[in-house]
Amino acid sequence: MKVLLRNPRREIEVEGGRTVGRLLDELDLDRESHLVMRNGTLVPGDARLDDSDVVEVRPVISGG
Amino acid sequence: MNQSKCRVCRGPAVIDLPRHNANFCAEHLQQLCRRQVEKAIHDHDMLSPDDRILVAVSGGKDSLAVWDLLAELGYRADGLYIGLGIGTYSDTSGQYAQAFADERELELITIDLRETYGYDIPTASKATGRVPCSACGLSKRHLFDRAALDGGYDVVVTGHNLDDEAAVLFGNTLRWDIDYLARQLPVLPAAEGFPKKVKPLVRLTERETAAWCIVRGIDYLLDECPMAHGNRHLAYKEALNAVEARSPGSKAAFYHGFIERMAPLLADRVDAGVELHRCESCGSPTTGDVCAFCRVVATASTHDPVPVEVVLNKAARKAYLAQMQEIS
Repeated sequence: MKVLLRNPRREIEVEGGRTVGRLLDELDLDRESHLVMRNGTLVPGDARLDDSDVVEVRPVISGG
Repeated sequence: MNQSKCRVCRGPAVIDLPRHNANFCAEHLQQLCRRQVEKAIHDHDMLSPDDRILVAVSGGKDSLAVWDLLAELGYRADGLYIGLGIGTYSDTSGQYAQAFADERELELITIDLRETYGYDIPTASKATGRVPCSACGLSKRHLFDRAALDGGYDVVVTGHNLDDEAAVLFGNTLRWDIDYLARQLPVLPAAEGFPKKVKPLVRLTERETAAWCIVRGIDYLLDECPMAHGNRHLAYKEALNAVEARSPGSKAAFYHGFIERMAPLLADRVDAGVELHRCESCGSPTTGDVCAFCRVVATASTHDPVPVEVVLNKAARKAYLAQMQEIS
């Protein structure tokens, strides 16, 4: 599946068949600092991601 | 497949919120956010139904979320956007702010620092030797105060959320800066030369305000300010989120515990021993003869314009140039 990451914006390919929570753990991203969208819709940590999904990992922390 | 249920309606959840030990669908996430904002406004006597409100708008998730929430709750709120001249970051943030206002037929006032005062934040930082976030914060505070008083607004609203406030509290506590701690309140009452200022998002984390924007279809600026890259505030947030991951609810307990139990003990330190008079140049309250804003204007407006990348440290410049490549 395609995974879009931000700051800097980049796209990586990750094998599907895992939950949102596991994806964040594997990318070493803190759950409190990120939201995940699957095919444009917000999904919780136990949502399952499949090979055909387009996933966006959106950081939510701002520094100002 | 799937997936946890909303605590309220048992429909499919869109977000898990460990600090509430619950999951929520889009509709009940919005209900939660509205209730948290209403509670903050009520508990701290932030706003009255008839207030004329000026929202400090940056184009980021928090300021657009708070403006949207206030409009939803029936308040009369205009926005004020300040063009800070931080390269394409500022250009883009202004577009998000204007698009949000246009879609909802809300009034957005815009002040451009370079057009009106002859400087921008990178130039102010270089010319005065202030770190960029200091030059920026000083300029914004002055201009929001000024615009609110000149425009006859009753109160200035900012989008500071629970993470922002907990991070500032953490920093002030690490330094035991008692005077800053005493003033770190969700409401600053009006005083001579200062409008009332309130923070209705102090009961929402930034993950929640971002989720509000997503489920409401609000487009906001995702890029981080290049000048904030790697600043101390972000380090404090990361530290607190590491604690939060182990012990959900810690940030809220830290901040709200301070407000309920510690801030009252510091109340007599607020404004203690500070004598203010009017700035010789603009009339704003100041401890000196000329206020810090007018001193920045005097120094920065006569300086050659400085591009943003010149005032970034090495890591921030690398991140900024990567961001520029994305855009091109």
